[in-house]
Amino acid sequence: MSSKSPLGRALGLGLVDGTHHWWLQRVTAVALALLGPWFAISLLLQPDLGYVHAHAWLASPVNAVLMLLLVPALVYHSWLGVVVVIEDYVPAKSKKITALLVVQFLHLLIGAAALFGVLKVALGSAA
Amino acid sequence: MADFNLPANSRYTEIPGRAHAAPAGATRVKTFQIYRFDPDSGEKPRLDRYQLDLDRCGPMVLDGLIKIKNEVDPTLTFRRSCREGICGSCAMNIDGLNTLACTKSIADIKGDVKIFPLPHMPVVKDLVPDLTNFYAQYAAVQPWLQTRTPPPPDRERLQSKEDQEKVDGPSACILCACCSTSCPSYWWNSDRFLGPAALLASYRWIVDSRDEATAERLDMVSDSFKLYRCHTIMNCTEACPKDLNPARAIAEIKKLLLERQV
Repeated sequence: MSSKSPLGRALGLGLVDGTHHWWLQRVTAVALALLGPWFAISLLLQPDLGYVHAHAWLASPVNAVLMLLLVPALVYHSWLGVVVVIEDYVPAKSKKITALLVVQFLHLLIGAAALFGVLKVALGSAA
Repeated sequence: MADFNLPANSRYTEIPGRAHAAPAGATRVKTFQIYRFDPDSGEKPRLDRYQLDLDRCGPMVLDGLIKIKNEVDPTLTFRRSCREGICGSCAMNIDGLNTLACTKSIADIKGDVKIFPLPHMPVVKDLVPDLTNFYAQYAAVQPWLQTRTPPPPDRERLQSKEDQEKVDGPSACILCACCSTSCPSYWWNSDRFLGPAALLASYRWIVDSRDEATAERLDMVSDSFKLYRCHTIMNCTEACPKDLNPARAIAEIKKLLLERQV
């Protein structure tokens, strides 16, 4: 038990701005509220989701551009959300930092792979 | 990981509690199940059962507790003072909800009256939680008027009626801790999250037209833990025995923080 006063403990280590994080979570939520339904409806309207059709769908410029917006918004929103969950539920410092690192690298990996996929199809020649 | 269970020595289920039967000739019997724990005894917590005759007991849960302490079991420990909902001393978890024992009617409770201390706080004894951190968090938001302009020499600092109405609600808080101890975010992170009561107090000064430390107050709570651990669960507003709305106060603070950013 530290001999630090209760007030000293309550004041903690001072300020880390949380507004930016909170605001970006809402911005990406709005983006997803628009892009999500587009993505779902657009795919549901396809007669067939086999390789050839899906490839053609993703190769169309409008779909590709919207996908290039959807992927970062989704990855970033998920990143912010999972970070909050870890901060909430993992109090041990070393476990917390490890978990945060793993989650952030995973999100970057998934985001990079998805973007690469979209670009490859959109910019590549028709399969 | 988060503490989803109480520590091993804090679970009461393994030890049968003591039962105190109703007196002979009781006409309207109600059973009180009360959490008993004395950390100094080395014994595990237990649930004791007390049968009271409601025809010889006042109408509120606190009346029942006082009757038990006076007539049945003087070792039962709890805080109480005003018995009219203004001191905040008798806050406890009754029938699954944090509230004041003095304003909670026994008749409103179906079945047994189950009483526990405020959740997820260290227990001093029985129904008495250790609120040291809670009070320190209140002190941390500097809940007093801070100004730069000197006061007028001949009168008080004036405030319009509308401005006064903004602080009417939040200043009715009695610091009973029902809200903060009902908040899951506070349970997991009370070392860094200020909790609804302290944030309501901070808001009370942020919206006070006479206060000139608004910027510093917003700086202080804009921390990613002190304020933003609030995930709008709203147990605080549900629990408040004074019908205040700490969840709304926190949302208003978030709006002000956004206003100065975008």
